[in-house]
Amino acid sequence: MKKMLVLLLSLALVVPMVAGCSGSSTTAEDSDVIKIGVFEPLTGANAAGGELEVDGIELANQLRPEVLGKKVELVVADNKSDKAEATTAAARLIEKDKVVAVLGSWGSSLSIAAGDVVKTNEVPAVALSATNPQVTAGNDYYFRVCFLDPFQGTVMANYASKNLNAKKVAIIQEVSNDYSVGLAKFFTDAFVKLTGDPNAIVATGNYNTGDQDFTGILTNIKATNPDVIFAPGNYTESALIIKQARALGITAPFIGGDTWETNEFITVGGADVEGAVMSTFFDDTNPLTEAGKTFVAEYKKAYPDRENIPAVTALGYDGYMMTLDAIERAGSADPKAIRDALAATVDFEGATGMITIDANGDAQKTEAIIKVVKDGKFTYLDSVTVQ
Amino acid sequence: MVVGMTLETFLQQLINGLSIGSLYALIAIGYTMVYGILRLINFAHGDIFMMAAYFTYFGIAVFFLPWYVTFFITIVLTILLGVGIERFAYRPLRDAPKTSLLISAIGVSFLLENLATYLFSGKPQAFPNFPLMTNPINFGSLTVQPVSILIPIVTFFIMIGLLFLINHTKVGMAMRAVSVDYDTAKLMGIKINGVISSTFAIGSGLAAVGAILWCMKYPSVLPLMGVVIGLKCFIAAVIGGIGNVKGAVLGGLILGFSEVLMVAFFPALTGYRDAVAFIILIIILLFLPNGLLGKKQVEKV
Amino acid sequence: MENIQHRFGAYIKIHWKTIVFLGVVLITIGLLDQFVDSYIRRLLNLCAIYTIISLGMNLVNGFTGQFSLGQAGFMAVGAYTVAIFTVPIEARATIFYLAPMTPLLANIQLPFIVALLLGGLVSAGFAFLIGGPCLRLRGDYLAIATLGFSEIIRIVFTNTQTITNGALGIKSIPTITSLWWTYGIAIIIIVLMILLINSSYGRAFKSIREDEIAAEAMGVGLFKTKMTSFMIGAFFTGIGGGLFAALLGTVDPKQFYFTLTYNFLLIIVLGGLGSISGTVIASFVVTLGQEWLRFLDEPMAFGLDLPIFRPGLRMVVFSALLMVVVLFYRKGLMGTNELTWDFIGKKIKVIKSKFNRKKSASQGGDNK
Repeated sequence: MKKMLVLLLSLALVVPMVAGCSGSSTTAEDSDVIKIGVFEPLTGANAAGGELEVDGIELANQLRPEVLGKKVELVVADNKSDKAEATTAAARLIEKDKVVAVLGSWGSSLSIAAGDVVKTNEVPAVALSATNPQVTAGNDYYFRVCFLDPFQGTVMANYASKNLNAKKVAIIQEVSNDYSVGLAKFFTDAFVKLTGDPNAIVATGNYNTGDQDFTGILTNIKATNPDVIFAPGNYTESALIIKQARALGITAPFIGGDTWETNEFITVGGADVEGAVMSTFFDDTNPLTEAGKTFVAEYKKAYPDRENIPAVTALGYDGYMMTLDAIERAGSADPKAIRDALAATVDFEGATGMITIDANGDAQKTEAIIKVVKDGKFTYLDSVTVQ
Repeated sequence: MVVGMTLETFLQQLINGLSIGSLYALIAIGYTMVYGILRLINFAHGDIFMMAAYFTYFGIAVFFLPWYVTFFITIVLTILLGVGIERFAYRPLRDAPKTSLLISAIGVSFLLENLATYLFSGKPQAFPNFPLMTNPINFGSLTVQPVSILIPIVTFFIMIGLLFLINHTKVGMAMRAVSVDYDTAKLMGIKINGVISSTFAIGSGLAAVGAILWCMKYPSVLPLMGVVIGLKCFIAAVIGGIGNVKGAVLGGLILGFSEVLMVAFFPALTGYRDAVAFIILIIILLFLPNGLLGKKQVEKV
Repeated sequence: MENIQHRFGAYIKIHWKTIVFLGVVLITIGLLDQFVDSYIRRLLNLCAIYTIISLGMNLVNGFTGQFSLGQAGFMAVGAYTVAIFTVPIEARATIFYLAPMTPLLANIQLPFIVALLLGGLVSAGFAFLIGGPCLRLRGDYLAIATLGFSEIIRIVFTNTQTITNGALGIKSIPTITSLWWTYGIAIIIIVLMILLINSSYGRAFKSIREDEIAAEAMGVGLFKTKMTSFMIGAFFTGIGGGLFAALLGTVDPKQFYFTLTYNFLLIIVLGGLGSISGTVIASFVVTLGQEWLRFLDEPMAFGLDLPIFRPGLRMVVFSALLMVVVLFYRKGLMGTNELTWDFIGKKIKVIKSKFNRKKSASQGGDNK
């Protein structure tokens, strides 16, 4: 009897599911709503980054809720920081929700996983903060509004060599994270080239996502006495690394990448992350464009209690605005027309700077912002231009 | 690639190993006690540890309670959680096949992780700072956080206390009886449920103490933080000989030292650090299936 | 000759209804393959892949009674084999951009089906290596040791940059979209499972599950039999993993974290440890159910703006359901039964008689 009950229950689960899927696929483009998919990790390891991007997208949506006289509706799908879920979530946005474009995702590997889905379904996608070159490589339907890891690696190598006069650098990389491994490699290449010393990287420590004890690798690094420690990686782990380094008496400055710029980095790291330097996409105290000023003003209105404006939120804002701009230029909500318009984006004024999309689908950006943690805030330090 | 190592570096690594090893030991005791009594790998133990970290975080950072009140509440809540899990997820399956019990334990662990993600979000929370415990002190060129010294001391005293409890009190005797022979103990009039509940209470209480100390040293709280720690501590318990409190402490220390020393001597292999625990586990299971201090078990027909 | 027939279960009578049913299934797949959109297609493909992997797990855990938690590792082996050997050679330089692929593998490309089979075989090979030490362990020790090996495999894959591309993973794997690949293989594996379970091997598996010591006394070679089951299970899982890689088009080590195994554990527990049909049904219920429960993650569910509905609730409900099954329906949907025609006939009879009894009872009540 119980078994039959379970059987019935499970049928009850499956039937409406199948019915629901086949039923909804009839509502097509004839409605007066344009749907844009937001494809982000809202649970799982990357949840914090996903939420920040969604903030920016939603803010942009409130500011510009209409295009071509139609209402723009955001459909948010959680990819759970998981690749299998990511491909299903992307397919669901495209097939079931009939979105005309997709925004996201935080985490390059998730974007790469969805790449194939958007390509075969011919729906354009705009990556917001996914800096891995593989996201747009060989995919005509994936675009991005941020700069790439090779660029970022070069920027930080320049900073370490020129501003900090570093000769010896130690690297701590998150070996299970494609972003961290990639950035560490590009940094190494650039730094070795700048110093002309093939042994300029004096130590490399590897850790895994979720590790909490780094005393072992840090003690090794302390023994090599580096001038600077480059530690691109997840913000929690990085903050713990810096904390433990200071507790071990390591005084060398820490530098890192854009993922550090989250409030959690400062709340977890506390006083120990003071002076940590990172490259990022956007500076809220000194926006480069008019659009940037608008964004900052609106953000402060929407979230009066938040101190820092994360760069990825600005990128979320830019991704949405650039897509709407493309829809407007395309004059239709046809995904292919939007793709062509996105590819033809020239000098679009975004909050993070002027955006021109190149042949790879990447935003051509030549300027990165360098920020430092000062009095518990991410503070503008410098901007670096690399050609 | 072996770094030419100075004595200081080596000593520093030993201190690192002692401190992380003692933490493993503290949590491993919980595994070992539950296993001793129920013959169950309490997969949820790591997640009980995680919940304890959140209780402390909420007490201090959200409700602004004084630390001693928070610690007390954390320990009480964690004990209630552990005993509650036993009551609702394990007790109904007491006469079911072992596999059902194990699946139930995995299920509870999965549920707690998802519940924590849902309630507290996947974002890491910053554990409050205890400057007295974390500001480093220098001994010559060695640098040590007071908490790193506190951890082994706490672990040591807890071990002594537990050994006294197990060997010299009535509850302890009942625990040993249940552990040796469940059915006979029952026939002898031992209140099995009471004994099992108190075992879970002690195990969870230690998980709470472990969580507080852990978070003082590694101040970030995450819904999935208990998974890897839980597994490693279980492995520590197996290394020492599961069911044996001294064994759990020994296993925890061995695991802590081997992790840190591998990093110290083979820096190129740091990416494999998490594999060390499993490799040790498999070696131990192959050559010393009852662990270093465990008693030989005979399978009954 | 007769011996061979006996061994491979040729004595199973094939009911005419079974042939009709199989025909209906094949036609349905054909129709679905023609008409469904890529979202449903993806889900259906996932259902078939999860069926394959769960069958591999159930063979070991359900039929042989060896509680193994190494599924994620075997999947990873299969998935990476397919990834490494099917990625177009010209794309490899851009994928392995941090460190080039080892010259041993860099110029080998195999047809998908060969790579898939190879994935299964390599996975079975790993099972052979792992099984040696692990299968001598009992119950929960086996669980933790297999889990450990699955993690070791993942950590090794993370660090072998020139073979697996480390954390960067491998992308641009030629994808499969047709339902025939996944369902074709799933059907073959289901048939193989049925033959296997009803052969003398299958009986040996079950005897170990029921009582190891008695089985040994009856002349069943414990270790050899467990190893056979473990390797076949790993073979199926490797094939499933290979299909998984080809469905997603990309693999990286993080996908194969040991918690992935819990998905399959949930499926076989829900379906019934030791039931092929239960596993098949549960694979569909779990995969589609997880997707269907997505509405719980959307804040505007039911048109009410309740803060209860937010990302994460789906997984809470899902894990709570698992607990309900474990605690109250310990045998799952099917227990160790199979959905045979006899079984269905009996169930229908039971329901009918209950219905009749109720009817007569209520009529009886009316008369009074």
